[in-house]
Amino acid sequence: MANLILETRGLTKSFGAVTAAADVNIKINEKEIIGVIGSNGAGKTTFINMVTGYLKPSTGTILFRGRDITGFSPMQVTKAGICRSFQVAQLFPELTTLENMLVAHSMLSKKRLSIQRPLKSKANVNAAMEALTGYGIESYGDGPVTTLPQGVRKLLDIAMAMVGSPALLLLDEPTSGVAIEEKFALMDTVMGAVNRSGATNLFVEHDMEIVSRYATRVIAFYDGRVIADGPTAEALANPEVKEFIVGSELHRQQSEGGEHAGN
Amino acid sequence: MHIADKTPRNLCIALCVLLAFGTIMPNWFAFLATVSMAKGMVVIGLIVLMRTGLVSFGQGLYYCLGGYTVGIAGKYLGITDAVGILFVSAFVAGCVGALLGLLLCRYREIFFAMLTMALSMILFGMLVKSDMLGSTDGFNVAHPTLLGWNPGPEGLSIMIYSLACLIAFLIVFFVHRYFQSGMGFAGESIRENEIRVEYLGISPRRVIFYKYVLAAILAAIGGSLTALVAGHVDPEMAYWTTSGEFVFVALLGGTGHVVAAFIGAFLYELIRTLAFDLTPYTWQMILGITLLMVILFLPKGLWSLLTAYKTGRG
Repeated sequence: MANLILETRGLTKSFGAVTAAADVNIKINEKEIIGVIGSNGAGKTTFINMVTGYLKPSTGTILFRGRDITGFSPMQVTKAGICRSFQVAQLFPELTTLENMLVAHSMLSKKRLSIQRPLKSKANVNAAMEALTGYGIESYGDGPVTTLPQGVRKLLDIAMAMVGSPALLLLDEPTSGVAIEEKFALMDTVMGAVNRSGATNLFVEHDMEIVSRYATRVIAFYDGRVIADGPTAEALANPEVKEFIVGSELHRQQSEGGEHAGN
Repeated sequence: MHIADKTPRNLCIALCVLLAFGTIMPNWFAFLATVSMAKGMVVIGLIVLMRTGLVSFGQGLYYCLGGYTVGIAGKYLGITDAVGILFVSAFVAGCVGALLGLLLCRYREIFFAMLTMALSMILFGMLVKSDMLGSTDGFNVAHPTLLGWNPGPEGLSIMIYSLACLIAFLIVFFVHRYFQSGMGFAGESIRENEIRVEYLGISPRRVIFYKYVLAAILAAIGGSLTALVAGHVDPEMAYWTTSGEFVFVALLGGTGHVVAAFIGAFLYELIRTLAFDLTPYTWQMILGITLLMVILFLPKGLWSLLTAYKTGRG
């Protein structure tokens, strides 16, 4: 029996009359790579937001390695060992790529922030450059983040989340906003880094091709509920998943592809 | 790739020049320079906050607190040693700053600005009502001594000037390194993206709390030096226009470097003195136009001129 790393029990979140997540019960084992699918507004991001402390669940419990982390702040969740990336990359726009990495490095190092030792010491810069190299974005080091291409921003966002070697990594749509032809290269880089670190990984994704290539298990959300949870092929073959998610995603991709062709 | 930081070396040279210059400068100039340095210290505290994305319109609170601590320590406690008094001021401001910081670290933007201003106006109101401390007139500060040496009225301004130079040097040295440190960058990170900072496991509130206390201590040291050199304190030090002056100076000098605060403060004092001389009734207009020009043409302050010159040459 594999080790349980995250468990949610009866997780529910409602905003007034709208229920964004209803009775979500999920068990995640160590080293799993889970793809989360679902149409927009199905509750995928709400789930990540609740686990990482951005939203407080209305009811239910979140257990991380058996410890109750319900109601933890993002800061406490991070310290516990869960890191996340964002659908829209959350960076420090006026700092350079290297400075972004240096800041992440100093903050996640678990040591007190120094008040006199320079952040850009040789050792720190080397460590940060090494981290950037792991994602193939070291050549962007000196440029301000505002000038970065979308794909590099997403990679930097994920690289910064990975600095603290989290036990569990939650990626919210790592490939959104990235050109179709770059998606696989980006996922290869990310998955390579995740595998090296040995972190358990959960990612939200709309592209079924990416889900079937990288995920070992799929959790499907529809209308705030989990409608399927199982090995990738099995979950994707589920009739409800086919009807509510895969079908609509196919349409979505066709229209996206159409736009690309049009361009 | 690695560029050596020349600031420490330049600072040592500047200190020696300023100290040497002090032996020949007239008293009125020593006074002007001391007040500029004192205000520059308050502005450095403000810059620490501004880099974090917070503008305090109430640094007058600690400026005044520092000044009154000097006055009260001399008048009622018999402490006249300048260095000892500065430590007492810094300590008092640190305690008050820590107390108010607990409240203020929860607020951002305009709410932070207004709350800091309101708090300084509370002190102003309290001082105006307290007859024992001279109400609106304030009171005179006892002549300070320095480590047992009493310079007398003649040598006083030069003694305070030298002390101010030395303290300014230490503060600039400390804060310059602070800006390069992990804690310094944490401020800019909070300004840029507070959510990300939380997800890097750092509490923005705690960082802001420490920065607020640091700014309070720096403002109190500035206020103490002003009180020592002027020999007088009054509630005007806590009035909102005084706090506004510090914001003015910060915008004038820019937040790019610690030294910018002193350049800004000195120019401000100079412009104000000259404007008052030229047009005694409309001098505020000259200051207003200056600020307008700076905001329109040098939004990053005078320091950006130097940065532009450096990058142009490099």
